[in-house]
Amino acid sequence: MSAQIQSGTTTTVGDCARAPLGLLAELTHRCPLQCPYCSNPLELEGVASELPTEVWLDVLAQAADLGVLQLHLSGGEPTVRRDLEEIVAQAARVGLYSNLITSAVVLTRERLDRLARHGLDHVQISIQDADAANADRIARYAGGHARKLEVAGWVRALGLPLTVNAPIHRQNIENLPAIIELAARLGARRLEVAHVQYYGWALRNRRALMPTRTQVLRSAETVEAARERLKGVLLIDFVVPDYYALRPKPCMGGWGRGIINVTPSGKVLPCHAAETIPGLAFDNIRDRSLRDIWLTSESFQKFRGTGWMPEPCRSCDFREIDWGGCRCQAFAFVADAAATDPACSKSPLHGAFTDVARREAAEPPPDFLFRNPRHAARA
Amino acid sequence: MSEASRPQRIVIDASSRPALARHVKMRQDAARGRWVILAPERVFTPDPIAVAVLTLCDGARRVEDIATELAATYSAPRDRILSDITSLLQELSDKGVISV
Repeated sequence: MSAQIQSGTTTTVGDCARAPLGLLAELTHRCPLQCPYCSNPLELEGVASELPTEVWLDVLAQAADLGVLQLHLSGGEPTVRRDLEEIVAQAARVGLYSNLITSAVVLTRERLDRLARHGLDHVQISIQDADAANADRIARYAGGHARKLEVAGWVRALGLPLTVNAPIHRQNIENLPAIIELAARLGARRLEVAHVQYYGWALRNRRALMPTRTQVLRSAETVEAARERLKGVLLIDFVVPDYYALRPKPCMGGWGRGIINVTPSGKVLPCHAAETIPGLAFDNIRDRSLRDIWLTSESFQKFRGTGWMPEPCRSCDFREIDWGGCRCQAFAFVADAAATDPACSKSPLHGAFTDVARREAAEPPPDFLFRNPRHAARA
Repeated sequence: MSEASRPQRIVIDASSRPALARHVKMRQDAARGRWVILAPERVFTPDPIAVAVLTLCDGARRVEDIATELAATYSAPRDRILSDITSLLQELSDKGVISV
């Protein structure tokens, strides 16, 4: 007898028929922090355009019906929504596993307790560094780091599982061992060591964030050693930056394949950066059903599967492993969203792509352009 | 937080009494006609034997009790089953799926 437990993706039932496993619900773009690597678009959606409660409740019911299993409540800062309890309760009601992705700084113990009682399954808290002063500088929020540690303690006291998410870049990478130690000390069962991905605000701040290749390699060794040392105590997921890679990442697990993303105003996207690709029309959940958008909308069909691929991707042995990498990155660097991801060594622009990272990492970092609505207008 | 309160790795043996960890959910995935285990940022797809093992993980039965029951159900050697499920449950414990 040999029991098998597989992790991750679904069995294939055809590109279009297969349902997404995860719904990324960006409830709001409002956030008290101003992290310069925020994955939100430069054009932040205002509070006036946010979906009302009843639409979100319907989106969750539709998602569960479609076959979504995991709900990621994100933003911006999702806890600024006063109706978060109702949304969490609906997730529990329709059977979605709910994950609150929070900066934690505006959470109170009473609110966290209420969310737990409404059925919240898991809390993920971001930290900017293990060093409080540097963390607060990066998030541009005085006292934020201390606040996060306090909230992490409440999460554990309530018996909720805790993940720590640590975005990594040149201005905190040397503290990675201390960040891992902090996550273990907080009682997190999971840590995301997430090298910043260069889209949105991070792309705008790339020169201030890009680490050297040596730093990236050392961070991988640090994570590998910690995984061994903390086996059964702390799971560490490691997101590598692809500027120094030879093969592209399977971005979003493939376009229109595993994740569906709804923005604060109800736009339904294959990935949170997809709006940077010009000429793609995105449907709104107020106009069409989630199922219809997932199965048939132009934006989801555009880069789904392998049929859209040019050479050398189309005949590449890795085409169903990396699904062509990242379309947003292809557009940002090559000005063609269907081009080979420059992170791939088979791209004619791969050398230039890697050179950008090497050059920027070698220069002194400029000041951050902090993520806030005022800078959004300027950027 | 003191060093004493730091979580330690759980070691599964024949006398452990495993149960699904709090906030880990095993349920039918109707859309795909299979069982799934839902955990933070993870979806596991257990095969029928793993489902049979986990269904018996109620926090009361010991691993050796579970092996005895499965040996009867599957008409298989108990020692072999005990060894197999101990490693399976250790793997699941390391992934945070079960606790004791």
